[in-house]
Amino acid sequence: MRSQSERPNPLFRNLNAKIASIPMVLTALVVFVGGTAWTVLYSFTNSKLLPRWKFVGLDQYERLWSTPRWLVSIENLFIYGALSLVFSFVIGFLLAAMLDRKIRFEDTFRTIFLYPFALSFIVTGLVWQWLLNPDFGVQHVVRSLGWESFTFNPLYDRELVIYGILIAALWQGTGLIMCLMLAGLRSIDEDIWKAARVDGIPVWKTYLFIVIPMLRPVFVTTLVIIASAIVKVYDLVVAQTGGGPGHASEVPAKYVYDYMFLGQNLGQGFAASTMMLLSVVIVIVPWAYLEFGRRGRR
Amino acid sequence: MSVATADTTSAADGPRGRKPRRTLSRRNIILYGTLFVVAVYYLLPLYVMVVTSLKGMPEIRLGHIFAPPVEITFQPWVKAWAEACTGLNCDGLSRGFWNSVRITVPSVILSIAIASVNGYALANWRFKGAEVFFTILIVGAFIPYQVMLYPIVIILREIGLYGTLTGLVLVHSIFGMPILTLLFRNYFASLPEELFKAARVDGAGFWGIYLRIMLPMSLPIFVVAVIIQITGIWNDFLFGVVYTKPDLYPMTVQLNNIVNSVQGVKEYNVNMAATLLTGLVPLLVYFVSGKLFVRGIAAGAVKG
Repeated sequence: MRSQSERPNPLFRNLNAKIASIPMVLTALVVFVGGTAWTVLYSFTNSKLLPRWKFVGLDQYERLWSTPRWLVSIENLFIYGALSLVFSFVIGFLLAAMLDRKIRFEDTFRTIFLYPFALSFIVTGLVWQWLLNPDFGVQHVVRSLGWESFTFNPLYDRELVIYGILIAALWQGTGLIMCLMLAGLRSIDEDIWKAARVDGIPVWKTYLFIVIPMLRPVFVTTLVIIASAIVKVYDLVVAQTGGGPGHASEVPAKYVYDYMFLGQNLGQGFAASTMMLLSVVIVIVPWAYLEFGRRGRR
Repeated sequence: MSVATADTTSAADGPRGRKPRRTLSRRNIILYGTLFVVAVYYLLPLYVMVVTSLKGMPEIRLGHIFAPPVEITFQPWVKAWAEACTGLNCDGLSRGFWNSVRITVPSVILSIAIASVNGYALANWRFKGAEVFFTILIVGAFIPYQVMLYPIVIILREIGLYGTLTGLVLVHSIFGMPILTLLFRNYFASLPEELFKAARVDGAGFWGIYLRIMLPMSLPIFVVAVIIQITGIWNDFLFGVVYTKPDLYPMTVQLNNIVNSVQGVKEYNVNMAATLLTGLVPLLVYFVSGKLFVRGIAAGAVKG
């Protein structure tokens, strides 16, 4: 970081830098701060087709939390969120650990595990819609092999549909987690492995008691990335199930879009998006606190 | 097995290598076996997409999804590209493809131009308050887009760009700014300070240093930024559906409308051809860019 304070005429010289920063300042103030404040404020109004400044207190929130569709969305988000967190961590770490064992064809394997991440959620959703199609997909294949009673039809089952989405999401996302974890594993000093080997500690124990505790910062970053991605999940659901069957696979982001742009009920959309913001704040604030705490101690 | 056989030589002959292992050790069989099975699982959807898109509908109804095509036909691809219907338009995905090109190219250029100059200002020409705005920008990256969707609709409507490609380009530039600015700021800050100082002594100004020293030195980071932006913008769905009109929908939105339309008989082969076509651009970028893509991910994921 360079300090420019010792230069003779900083105000004039830095004019160009200030001009260059105008887009950033506008984005930060108008879109990020202004837009967020605007939405939060208007979530307390009874805006319908157009935003209207008529204050109605917490009415929108009361309605939101008594709408079955919203409750289903929240429940789905929790199931999907908890499971995708656990599975992406476990699968991502295991894949990274395997690739870190000085194997051959590491690049090939990494390329294969990561390519779904380059795809759009729409593409992922549509492929898995096809793979999980009960009449042609996996279920049909297993049945035609002779196991007639085999049932694997998550996308048309109200209870299971969210797991069908989870399968697709994990296929797309675990490669990224693997990459993050692999970068973390590579940053661990080779001497630690040597020392553990000299002491005769088995590999799995070295991972469990030495390596994993050392990777804490990587885990925290990964956690924040996964968590903020979970709250945003939208395209995948739209493509794979459209929220169906019924409303069984609705998620909050879809609720917001549908009420704002299809249902012409802006107030509900604002209230729902404010709840989304709140959930992100709950994740981010402790993390930021930890980050600053760590920097403070340094 | 053959994979496992090949392993030991290279793993062992490095200078810091461990003691030589038996070729078919249990560890190697388990390790490579697992990796192989997982790799097959990850490749399967891509394989099914390709195979399905090359079959005719009768074959799809009779056979199963993993079977290779008996009679290869490119008809589904032609239909997906040029004839598939969304709403009243029946000119296929080509419309969405060209819309996506018209969205992605200017968005990538504009967002990188803004963010690189911005990151350069933040790294080398810091002024009072700059860090505050930068912090807001980075924190803003975590705000769910849904919170800012409607205010942006209002802003775009006010300046007369709502429903146009220009408006969407602007939106992509705004939301690409946090990650790109971070990327460029960190990169420029890591360059040796002496370079900057020497240029200053020689009388070069803000733009002179940027254009003649920083830019030529930073080609790799620009490539990383281009990769991040092409894949990100091409794959976007939400902004496309919110800020453009049906005629101007990007490829992802049009793809979803084609495949998930409720009218007509489902033509799975056409659907898969369309899906594959949409995924082709980011896949191409991914396979060509290789390690740079991974670097972009790391840059995007690990904050400065």
